[in-house]
Amino acid sequence: MTMPSHTASAAVPTNRAVDWPGTLRDAGLAAFVALLLTLPLVGLRTIDRPTGLGIEARPDEVIASIVLVFLGRLGLGLIRQNLALPVLVLALACAGVGLVLPMPTQVLRLVLVAGGGIIALRAAITLTTGRSKLSQAERDRRMDRVAVQVQHATRYIAPVAIIGAAILPLTPIADRQILDIGILLLTYIMLGWGLNIVVGLAGLLDLGYVAFYAVGAYSYALLAHYFGLSFWVCLPLAGLLAALSGVLLGFPVLRLRGDYFAIVTLGFGEIIRIILVNWYQFTGGPNGISGIPRPSFFGIADFTRTPSEGMAAFHELFGLEFSSLHRIVFLYYLILALALVVNLFTLRVRKLPLGRAWEALREDEIASASLGINRTNMKLAAFAIAAMFGGFAGSFFATRQGFISPESFTFIESAIILAIVVLGGMGSQIGVVVATLLVIGLPEAFRELADYRMLAFGMGMVVIMLWRPRGLLAHRDPTILLHGGRKPQAQNAGAAR
Amino acid sequence: MSAAMTSTDTPLLTVEHLTMRFGGLVANNDVSFEARAGEITALIGPNGAGKTTLFNCVTGFYTPTVGRLTLRHADGREFLLERMAGYRIAQQAGVARTFQNIRLFGGMSVLENLIVAQHNKLMDASGFAIAGLLGLPGYRAAEREALELAKYWLERVRLTEFADWEAGNLPYGAQRRLEIARAMCTEPVLLCLDEPAAGLNPRESAELAEILTFIRDTRTPGGHRMGVLLIEHDMSVVMRISDHVVVLDYGRKIADGDPSSVRNDPAVIRAYLGEDEDSELPPEVAADLPAAAVDPAAPVQKGA
Repeated sequence: MTMPSHTASAAVPTNRAVDWPGTLRDAGLAAFVALLLTLPLVGLRTIDRPTGLGIEARPDEVIASIVLVFLGRLGLGLIRQNLALPVLVLALACAGVGLVLPMPTQVLRLVLVAGGGIIALRAAITLTTGRSKLSQAERDRRMDRVAVQVQHATRYIAPVAIIGAAILPLTPIADRQILDIGILLLTYIMLGWGLNIVVGLAGLLDLGYVAFYAVGAYSYALLAHYFGLSFWVCLPLAGLLAALSGVLLGFPVLRLRGDYFAIVTLGFGEIIRIILVNWYQFTGGPNGISGIPRPSFFGIADFTRTPSEGMAAFHELFGLEFSSLHRIVFLYYLILALALVVNLFTLRVRKLPLGRAWEALREDEIASASLGINRTNMKLAAFAIAAMFGGFAGSFFATRQGFISPESFTFIESAIILAIVVLGGMGSQIGVVVATLLVIGLPEAFRELADYRMLAFGMGMVVIMLWRPRGLLAHRDPTILLHGGRKPQAQNAGAAR
Repeated sequence: MSAAMTSTDTPLLTVEHLTMRFGGLVANNDVSFEARAGEITALIGPNGAGKTTLFNCVTGFYTPTVGRLTLRHADGREFLLERMAGYRIAQQAGVARTFQNIRLFGGMSVLENLIVAQHNKLMDASGFAIAGLLGLPGYRAAEREALELAKYWLERVRLTEFADWEAGNLPYGAQRRLEIARAMCTEPVLLCLDEPAAGLNPRESAELAEILTFIRDTRTPGGHRMGVLLIEHDMSVVMRISDHVVVLDYGRKIADGDPSSVRNDPAVIRAYLGEDEDSELPPEVAADLPAAAVDPAAPVQKGA
């Protein structure tokens, strides 16, 4: 939205008259860059015609975006020249118009509201501090402070969030769609927490985490398909098999470091997927496996209206009216419990020698070896445990979908899970939750943006990486304190790593 | 206590005919010496003399090409270090080390650095994390003990007030001291220090010397003396605190003895101050060189 090279020179507010030619030139330049960017990205669209793929030009959108960029840049330029108050009023008016009046597309509404809001915020900051923008260091420091506060507030936020998540299905707003999104979010939170063990704690960049997810899913699907085992028997088996595959991969690979390690895990993820596609007789190949049994209520009752032989019906057992939502609610609680198990494990293991050794390995492998830490075993443990949690999530995924195919386990899934961990701040548990809400939740929430959904998503990623390159909540608290009362970051404020 | 008496008689570490080659480069050439418990053995020599290579052989980061490294515990157990995997030397033989360029766990707190150093002890107590996950009392007791040891060494190196700081944020001298404290938290029988005084000011160097003499007189959990192996360039520190000095030059041992005899050894003086090159060149090489290149008036500094 802004062009940093131009903003630095105007950090000091002047009392001179408004430099209209310069400001207009600046805004024109920004509009020109916007033209270059939007012409291919927004202006052209591929559409499916009966005759084949065609291209449709969309000049309106291009013009609208250029005008908006021009006005936005002009506003930012004028803020720096003692015209903050009028700009504030205009920007707020823009945002208001965007909110109230009917717009031709949702995109325009979003741009008006978000753009107007940001410019209004900038103008307000200028009015209160007398400076057009904060310096990079100062902004980092402020955001670090906010991040630390958020992380310390976690001890109050977390129970509230957990209780909120637990009573969500009981509230009247819980319809099928909300619950499905909830299950999706919780699945990714669980995967994020699982991968956080390997990437965040042990510092091993794993680009193929989805392989373990796939192993878990296919373990359950195949065990149920060939042996008729139930979900509750298969869940631990799937975790075990995934952990085993983690150890199998780990043994040859863990001596590698950094980039080489990442490449091999990437390869492993692809190997698993390609095996699933090509071993047609066993895995069903690209057609996948359908008719995967749904979970029962701990093997006691079924969620169907007319349960099979020897099973009670859930609604009869509890004297409820039959509802197809029961199973969804049960699945929701299941994944909530699984995710919380992963979280609890990580929180506890960080305070144990195992977790501390992982963090030590992440910080310095050579020093760890000099202290007698068995690097291979520690890394294998991290790999196997994370793989096991991935396997649990995978078998949950299989039972929830009822159908799996290799298409669900492509590299992009690994990348999304890794993005969640990195965006949240490596090693931060609450960061994973926040990042999942952003990465998975936002695209769901912006479904009405249709074509522009992924564009908005990409822009969000870029903004986060510009402002918080180490992740949203990257602050790390020591796992053990000598001077328990005093906060360590009070002593070395702003010197966070 | 007879065991403590004998431990100073038999050497703690025996290095025999150690040779380390990297391709064509011979970093250590047939080096033999002994280090005793209750003594500080200093390893000195010009840059590139092979001191750090020898250290890496002793601490398991390199496997020597030829030679034998024997570590004898006071209870009679012997470890052949050249046959052990790197981390086992620290875990079982009880050799701890520090690094020439400090290697702390910078993102972890000072106290955590010292707790990580007690990894193996705590790992056993936590039953490979299972007892720890369940919060069994055995692990809690072990962790309290570990905390006590960490506090003891924090007090020793005067870092108690910095205990909850990020290690990477400590001043340089404090980082050096923390690295020594971390090594001591592994409860070693032999402590190897790679240039601990590098980059310290005179006051900090004096303080370091005090810490090192304290460590020399420290008893291991078994009640025996421990040994210190020290690489150092700061001669004031070396001459003041070491009991035994081994001098290396071009990978060979050129002198071995107490500080005063080493200081006056002509071979050592030659190695440090340089000499007339032509006196050492083989005659056929010297004959090939033009006279101007072998100017006796311009002694060449070795090992730059």
